[in-house]
Amino acid sequence: MERTGIHELSAAYALDALDPADERAFEEHLSRCPECREHVAAFHEAAAGLGHATPAPAPPPHLRERILSLVRAERGANVAPLRPRWAFRATAAAAAVAACAALGLGLWAASLKSQVDDRGQVIALDGAQGSLVVAPSGEVTLVVSDLPMAPVGRTYEAWVIEDGKAKAAGIFKGGANPTAVELTQPVPDGAIVAVTLERAGGVDQPETDPLFTSREPV
Amino acid sequence: MAVLALSARPQGRQAMGRDLAHLSDEALVALVARADDAALAELYDRFGRVAYGLALRVVRDPGLAEDAVQESFLAVWRSAGRFVAERAKASTWILTLVHRRAVDIVRREQTRRADPLDTAPVATAETTEEEAWLRLRRTRVQEALRQLPDKQREAIELAYYGGFTQSELADRLGEPLGTIKSRMFVGLARLRELLVEPGLEEKQWNAQEFTS
Repeated sequence: MERTGIHELSAAYALDALDPADERAFEEHLSRCPECREHVAAFHEAAAGLGHATPAPAPPPHLRERILSLVRAERGANVAPLRPRWAFRATAAAAAVAACAALGLGLWAASLKSQVDDRGQVIALDGAQGSLVVAPSGEVTLVVSDLPMAPVGRTYEAWVIEDGKAKAAGIFKGGANPTAVELTQPVPDGAIVAVTLERAGGVDQPETDPLFTSREPV
Repeated sequence: MAVLALSARPQGRQAMGRDLAHLSDEALVALVARADDAALAELYDRFGRVAYGLALRVVRDPGLAEDAVQESFLAVWRSAGRFVAERAKASTWILTLVHRRAVDIVRREQTRRADPLDTAPVATAETTEEEAWLRLRRTRVQEALRQLPDKQREAIELAYYGGFTQSELADRLGEPLGTIKSRMFVGLARLRELLVEPGLEEKQWNAQEFTS
């Protein structure tokens, strides 16, 4: 493309209106052209003016809380102290409830707490509402309330962490309420489960900090 | 520059537990870069509403608009350390993130994108000081838009509010791609000039008195 042509793309770049091929070409050009960087900065400002020109109904109040709790979870996931367990033993019935949740039926919350048995286990989460349900058979289901759908191009990924080593235990999108995920890895005694946000398709080792974790080892 | 002044806010907002209300937007971003969640909350209180309005305009669905706002504020949280105050205003940076997310979502969802002019969401009754302030800013930008030649305005509005790429616009409007590219550049350059005209500063001053 001739030189004037590519300069002209600075406006569309600021409006997020470039076609993918032009966008790649322009970004490459931008790294070498201070003049276009100036233009883009000025055009971004004009575009932000357009952003102000749209009617602004108040966002729903829960959005603020959700953003802040996600942010606090990201910040706190690494340093959260272990707290006393509210967890308890679960019965086969509770495990069945968890299985319902895994099918998206959302029945889990009502009765988990009232059921106690020696064989299964329910562990609270740190950084999110929900629990890790360890069925008597050893299957582990992660159940999370109000987990928003993963952003475009990213996925949630569960990890089983034992002795400082992380094993990938499944990817999921979130967005259902509750979101329930059967882990693809067993969770040995003493291990914890963590969830991170990774690029779509998942990764072999976590590349971001945990959003939330199980509150204590299994 | 008047565009900068667009994001100034009226005083008298309810202070948070720790008083952050007196800090500039850019200072708040610097705090966010140090993992200060109260600073992020304050940024949300300043720009969440405009962000949501913009996202809703682009994606046309309240749930998707929430996603766009949430993703962009998480991006603010994660990348605040890379924000350079000398290069851009914080409000511009935030709205740039919001717009990009909204456009990504609307393209991903393959939502049928109709004419943004016909289906802009209706504003709620605006009675508070903040709402009056937002309405004023909106009116000023809309006035500037109206001064553009129709075809330039159309290209800019369809691109920005409709999420159409340049080639989609060329198809939709039955014009050569090169024409759309020039129109968008000339139109946005003109809009920028209109937004930095000194006369607008005075209007803002008067209106601020009016709304406070």
